[in-house]
Amino acid sequence: MSMPARNLLAPEPAATVANDLAIVLTLPPRRPPQFERLRAVLSMIAGRILPPVIMLAFVFIVWELLCSQPGATLPPPSKVLANSWELIVDPFYDRGGLDKGLFWHLLASLQRVALGFALAAVAGIGLGVLIGQSTWALRALDPIFQVLRTVPPLAWLPLSLAAFRDSNPSAIFVIFITAIWPIVINTSVGVRNIPEDYKNVARVMRLSGIEYFVKITLPATVPYIFTGLKIGIGLSWLAIVAAEMLIGGVGIGFFIWDAWNSSLIADIIVALIYVGLVGVLLDRAVAAVGTLISRGTSAN
Amino acid sequence: MQSYLSIEKIGMSFERAGARSEVLREVTLHIERGEFVSVIGHSGCGKSTLLNIVAGLLTSTTGEVFLDGEVVDSPGPERAVVFQNHSLLPWLTAYENIRLGVDKVFRRTKTAAERHEWTEHNLDLVQMTQAANKRPAEISGGMKQRVGIARALAMEPKVLLLDEPFGALDALTRAHLQDSVMDIHAKLGNTVLMITHDVDEAILLSDRIVMMNSGPAATIGEVLEVPLPRPRRRLDLAAHPDYIRCRAAVMEFLYARHRRGSGLHAA
Repeated sequence: MSMPARNLLAPEPAATVANDLAIVLTLPPRRPPQFERLRAVLSMIAGRILPPVIMLAFVFIVWELLCSQPGATLPPPSKVLANSWELIVDPFYDRGGLDKGLFWHLLASLQRVALGFALAAVAGIGLGVLIGQSTWALRALDPIFQVLRTVPPLAWLPLSLAAFRDSNPSAIFVIFITAIWPIVINTSVGVRNIPEDYKNVARVMRLSGIEYFVKITLPATVPYIFTGLKIGIGLSWLAIVAAEMLIGGVGIGFFIWDAWNSSLIADIIVALIYVGLVGVLLDRAVAAVGTLISRGTSAN
Repeated sequence: MQSYLSIEKIGMSFERAGARSEVLREVTLHIERGEFVSVIGHSGCGKSTLLNIVAGLLTSTTGEVFLDGEVVDSPGPERAVVFQNHSLLPWLTAYENIRLGVDKVFRRTKTAAERHEWTEHNLDLVQMTQAANKRPAEISGGMKQRVGIARALAMEPKVLLLDEPFGALDALTRAHLQDSVMDIHAKLGNTVLMITHDVDEAILLSDRIVMMNSGPAATIGEVLEVPLPRPRRRLDLAAHPDYIRCRAAVMEFLYARHRRGSGLHAA
């Protein structure tokens, strides 16, 4: 009862004076716009960059503590830095033979992946469209594909070595056979999922087979194809490292195996970090191309 | 005697899991050149099936469709369809969606420059010139349907087939599009077959309204001539005695005698 009474009785002028006073006293100095921008950048850093940095630091500290104990089998980060300093700071050195910087090993691996993956993309999209469009082809090929796609990538290596009698084409074939299945399967699903509406439009316009393929099938299937390509590139990168361990020569896989044989554990750790980073880049690159090409292909 | 578009004793049955369901029975309908005919009925009565048969997208079990003296046995641009859900290709702009059909139909008879001009002309016809370079995802539902209409018109069809073209639009947008369709029909004199479930839309646009019984085995119940003079104006019609009479007749047919599910013998 007393509260509303006091509000009602409070004289207007007094309140105004109080407000004026408050404004005068609390008006902050206008911040310059640069300051606002700086604040935005800082809050972005705090929100996005700080958490992974803190986590990474935590992981390194735990690793350092664990591996610094006497009898530790793996080197702590400080020792990795010390032992593999040359490898980390100069990825471009080349002393002939297998004694090259990581850049050259990664480049050799990437070349194999590029070739095998490109072949897989062409053949995979072609086969995917075929079994997507023809029920007969689906029935004929699907059982074979279902069996072949479960074969682990490395199991193909001895067979391809026997067939090609050379390590490089064998490695490329392993990439090909690893990457092709997700591309085939996703493409065929995409072709089967072309909306009936688009087919009707094509029928009313009397598009020919080739026109239908170029104007309807490909654009409608692009998002599916890129899902397949994204999975395929990831699997390729997984397979190439394993395959190169066996075939030897220049390449990141054999580099790791060679480092193990030379007991250069620190080199292995550095190489693994590089392998991971390149894998992420490959994945992002395919995804970026997919987004670019499939712009506007979603319905509605 | 044959009309411009003759639908002769069309029957349609579907076989599903061994069970045979008859959708249409002995549907006969004659449409003259330049006529605007609506088919109205409850949903599920087979009116879209009828349109798809005329379009050639479905093949009837019995009966034939003749257009301009020729048997209809496959889809084609001379029977262009405006689909209910616009069916624009989302990866093409409004212009490209129309141009695709134009290029296909006039590949031999028009030069590239003429085809470009014709595409622009049809965009202009549906007042979509300003959105020519927008993709379907960037324009509203009404605008998409305008582009869909332009795409169909641009193929210079002998008969334009509208499959509940405004069903998915809000009332105001629908009214605008109905006015546009009326203008275009007045200007070009197309032969139009429209499927609808909207009584006012049917009366406003059509010369004749074909009322279908509810399925199964739907037939044509009644055909109503709409004697209203053209050009018609939405506002003037509301109080017009013929309009009120037509409306009463269609409502009577749809709701008093052929309620959905009441079958053929409800009357």
